Amino acid sequence: MHALVFIKQVPDASQVRINYETGTLIREGVPAILNPYEVHAVEEAVKIKQKFGGKVTILTMGPLQAADALKECLSRGADKGYLLSDRIFAGSDTLATSYALYEGAKKIIELEGEIDFFFAGKQAIDGDTAQTGPGIATRFNIPLVTYLTKLDEVNLEEKYVVATRLTEFGQETLKVPIPVFFTVEESLNILSHSPLPWLVKAAQSKIEILSGENVDLDKNQCGLRNSPTIVKKAFTPEKKQRGATLTGTFDEVVDQAAEKVAPFLNNIL
Amino acid sequence: MSNLKYDVIVVGAGPAGLAAATVLAKAGVKVVVVERGQFAGSKNVMGGVFYSDCMKGIIDDFPGKAPVERHIIDQRVWLLDKDSFVGFNHKNELFNKKPYNCHTVFRAKFDSWFAKQAADAGALIITRTLAKEAIIENNKIVGIKTGRPDGDIKADCVIIADGVNSLLAKSLGFRKEIKRESVALAVKEVIGLDEKIINERFNVKSGEGVTIEVTGNFFNGEAMAFIYTNKKSISLGVGMVVEDLVKNKINPNDLMESFKAHPSVVPLIDGGETKEYLAHLIPEGGYKDMPKLVGNGVMIAGDAAMMVDAIHREGSNLAVTSGKLAAETYLEAAKTGDFSEKSLSLYEKKKLKESFVIKDLKKYKGVPSLLQHNKRLLQQYPKLINNAAYEILNVNGISKNDKEKLLWKNMKSQIGVSNLIKDLFKLWRNVG
Ligand SMILES: Cc1cc2nc3c(=O)[nH]c(=O)nc-3n(C[C@H](O)[C@H](O)[C@H](O)COP(=O)(O)OP(=O)(O)OC[C@H]3O[C@@H](n4cnc5c(N)ncnc54)[C@H](O)[C@@H]3O)c2cc1C
Repeated sequence: MHALVFIKQVPDASQVRINYETGTLIREGVPAILNPYEVHAVEEAVKIKQKFGGKVTILTMGPLQAADALKECLSRGADKGYLLSDRIFAGSDTLATSYALYEGAKKIIELEGEIDFFFAGKQAIDGDTAQTGPGIATRFNIPLVTYLTKLDEVNLEEKYVVATRLTEFGQETLKVPIPVFFTVEESLNILSHSPLPWLVKAAQSKIEILSGENVDLDKNQCGLRNSPTIVKKAFTPEKKQRGATLTGTFDEVVDQAAEKVAPFLNNIL
Repeated sequence: MSNLKYDVIVVGAGPAGLAAATVLAKAGVKVVVVERGQFAGSKNVMGGVFYSDCMKGIIDDFPGKAPVERHIIDQRVWLLDKDSFVGFNHKNELFNKKPYNCHTVFRAKFDSWFAKQAADAGALIITRTLAKEAIIENNKIVGIKTGRPDGDIKADCVIIADGVNSLLAKSLGFRKEIKRESVALAVKEVIGLDEKIINERFNVKSGEGVTIEVTGNFFNGEAMAFIYTNKKSISLGVGMVVEDLVKNKINPNDLMESFKAHPSVVPLIDGGETKEYLAHLIPEGGYKDMPKLVGNGVMIAGDAAMMVDAIHREGSNLAVTSGKLAAETYLEAAKTGDFSEKSLSLYEKKKLKESFVIKDLKKYKGVPSLLQHNKRLLQQYPKLINNAAYEILNVNGISKNDKEKLLWKNMKSQIGVSNLIKDLFKLWRNVG
């Protein structure tokens, strides 16, 4: 079994503030952390490894200090971390990022062998687009299960998984062939406490750095120049007012509701 | 079962622990640092003025590439009243000469930089791991238990540098629960401003910095505050002894808000944007509150040992120095392989004693309780001084002689001559 987890180092959202005038995030001085959804992705990959054997590889694209996030993944039980780091990737949007990570993942297949499970968080907390994972899956042209909440069954011999995902209307359970790409919810698992020797090993480990030169890149798909996304405005949505709960028999509730909506209808009609 | 075994375990990746770890690693000792935070510095807070001198023998050519903000060339003190302050300052071109005496720093950045230096020297830094208690065998500390599965680590010697709350020192019975009158709760706010605006408001060039220490009757004589300049922000802080917070039912956030609204503070921070809000404890008991510092296989350094000189806002330099001295003591003891209390007592009996750490802490040992029990000093005197300054400077047709008489009369009625003599004498004895 070989799992590849895509991770991102993000500013700690509990300490990030929004500048309401410009709508941008204030990131200065804010410590960087491992994107919280991806902590669960690593956890799930390591759980599969513990059950079936094999290995878990981690890939991220970012500046050199993103190595810290990779080391955290190793301390949570992953085996090897790769950092794709090059100026050429600076300013990438989700299209360019998913391209770069796709090429990075191909390189990892070359170095580490075929991959059965691809994992990423459902989204990054500093962008919330939820596009990068699906972008990579689409390039690989493999099944994609977004918003994974439960991995019900893994069958490596018959090469399928049974997976439950969150939809807008509830949950759905799918049977999907391997290789498969998951983007995961936090509710997927409860984080375990890594044994101390794992942390010691992670602290002593070396992160492999891949530059633009190491991967097979089409430069015309990289970086800011090839990122068509334009941020027009960022804002915090207004809080929706909570609905009132009416109680009583069916007839009573209908009566109460009619009383409440009548004034609005009067205005319109 | 794991067999993690090192020469030395350092508990806590603050200035004390990292100084110890760097010195040990550079000497080729197998050292592991156990830190509970996400990374070194993640939750650490100080004003923060960091003094360069203490890094001698630890990091060559400090600050080098260290993440420092501004070097301090102008130091001010304010005695704050409701609408006014009386202040004095010392600005000196000598402070513009390299090596700079001190810089403002952000601990989140500074500690992680320091941890990187320790790691590069060969120390193993383990984060996100709580050291819970010492492992004791035959009356000797032989390691620690962490909060993780398979979490025991063994070592010949443990250096405890886990800060003001020191779980480890408490677990060994070296220290009791900290007394409410010996610890202050400080809150700090970082306010972002344009570099040029800061330069103008504080009358300095880029890179140069100003510190303002604030006390006085504005805070009812019970709080200390500060204003420090960073590159592109200003740090404001207010701290009050926990006993006084409880007694007066004050919330430190309210102190901060009233400080920020003071007419002397407003123009300095106007237009700024709050970037960070932090809180931390400061051990202020000083020399009298210091715990047992040495045991069989163990030494305590920094805030864990209450080594803070509160009246001079010094703590991190005492932490670094004590951490370094603990490391040096280990290196001495390693020559004979004897890490008993007797052998390690070199740390307390000689090294610390001969350093500024103990000399300063001893010199000011009476100050914490003096300030705690004699509220006059920071309540009535600052008020009188502010009034006096106003009276003397406000030209209103009253003769200077009459003004002086009035001021003296105020002093006599508000404080009394015998109190004045007692206070002056006690002050002289405690800080002179
Ligand atoms: C608001 C404020 C302003 C200050 N201003 C100044 C100033 O301007 N100049 C100055 O010199 N000093 C200042 N100080 C004091 C200074 O911050 C401290 O004296 C200094 O940080 C002490 O260093 P330390 O290494 O002993 O402890 P700390 O810096 O507290 O480091 C202790 C470390 O141990 C870790 N830890 C704690 N418990 C455990 C555990 N059980 N297991 C594992 N790890 C643990 C902590 O996470 C932390 O990283 C200020 C303090 C405050 C609160």
